[in-house]
Amino acid sequence: MTVSLTPTQPVPGSQVLGYGAARGDLDVPNDDIVGPINSSDEWIRQRTGIISRKRASADVSLLDLAKKASLEAVENSGLTGSDIDAVIVGTITFEYHTPSLAALLAYEIGADGAIAYDMGAACAGFCYGIGQADALVRAGTAKNVLVVGAEKLSDIIDPTDRSMSFLLGDGAGAAVVSASDVPKIGPTVWGSDGENWKTIYMTHSLLEYKENPELGFPTLRQEGPSVFRWAVWHTADMIRESLERSGLSVEDVDVFVPHQANMRIIDQLAKQLKLPDSVVIARDIEDTGNTSAASIPLATHRLLQEGKAKSGDVCVQIGFGAGLAYAGQVVILP
Amino acid sequence: MAHTDDEILAGLAEIVNEETGVETADVQLDKSFTDDLDIDSISMMTIVVNAEEKFDVRIPDEEVKNLVTVGDAVKYISSAQA
Repeated sequence: MTVSLTPTQPVPGSQVLGYGAARGDLDVPNDDIVGPINSSDEWIRQRTGIISRKRASADVSLLDLAKKASLEAVENSGLTGSDIDAVIVGTITFEYHTPSLAALLAYEIGADGAIAYDMGAACAGFCYGIGQADALVRAGTAKNVLVVGAEKLSDIIDPTDRSMSFLLGDGAGAAVVSASDVPKIGPTVWGSDGENWKTIYMTHSLLEYKENPELGFPTLRQEGPSVFRWAVWHTADMIRESLERSGLSVEDVDVFVPHQANMRIIDQLAKQLKLPDSVVIARDIEDTGNTSAASIPLATHRLLQEGKAKSGDVCVQIGFGAGLAYAGQVVILP
Repeated sequence: MAHTDDEILAGLAEIVNEETGVETADVQLDKSFTDDLDIDSISMMTIVVNAEEKFDVRIPDEEVKNLVTVGDAVKYISSAQA
């Protein structure tokens, strides 16, 4: 006998209900970090557009940052922790291999029993999470999904590294994704390019560090020019595809929130896409730095808070980074 | 259709001018991108990608570091389009 199982009941669409943000508590201006890299405030501003970055004190944990951002996102969504039935965290800096930060976070915010898992898509982590949340909600698998990008990158930097450490900051951004009668999150365009993983990498593995402590704790590096080239030209194509698959064009965009990797990348992307002057472009990197998976929700939260973006705006967002993972989608802002 | 070396130089000068503001007349074969024209690695990548598009060639990342002077770039693009 063929048994027919009862599937979950799909819903027509999903939407972001609200955002939350938590930045590191310390302002670290360029002058504080130029010594060990024999550089200058001007050099960093010119190449990256960064004036200062936010970093967290030693006694502020990644969970602290994620919890603060999550509670605000839940509150801004008109929900309470117990309404959240799935928690997805994009991070590369949680200090334990297991359990997941998501499981601890779910417990901390009162989302008892929620689906909870971490996801290692680096700077694409938040948009990967939104893609998964959209799929979970539309399939009827979850009702209210908390998506968090959280990083304490200051734990994995080398102050003498001239490739990327000076870019990096700490923070967490969160969003709640729920059902909607009409789709307010477009199809996610996502993927990876593992063949070129060596362009953004750790100096060595934790096992190598365990066997040879003289190597020092592993830290992050990148091949800047190669990453720049990939980030601008590949990402521009992915943004065009995100818009096309949502049935939109560049002229429909109100807000552009690319991963805050480097101001020069953001400027080039805007130029390549020929964005109309009316488009609001997120430039949170200037005083926050590059916070990897947290950068997109942090930047979006700020634009909404400052009134530069408003409810109903068409926002296209894209994350790209290590693993050469990338993900982007169109979101109608809450 | 293949571009002549003079056309490649003129096209490169336009690209360099647009990216950096350096006068097209200053973009000469013997000029070093970094030492003479003060072009940083990020601008160099932007110039490379625009040159790829303009001249319909592919310049691999590992080749970019060998393009020290404007003349090196003209020579590479000229041979790559052949």
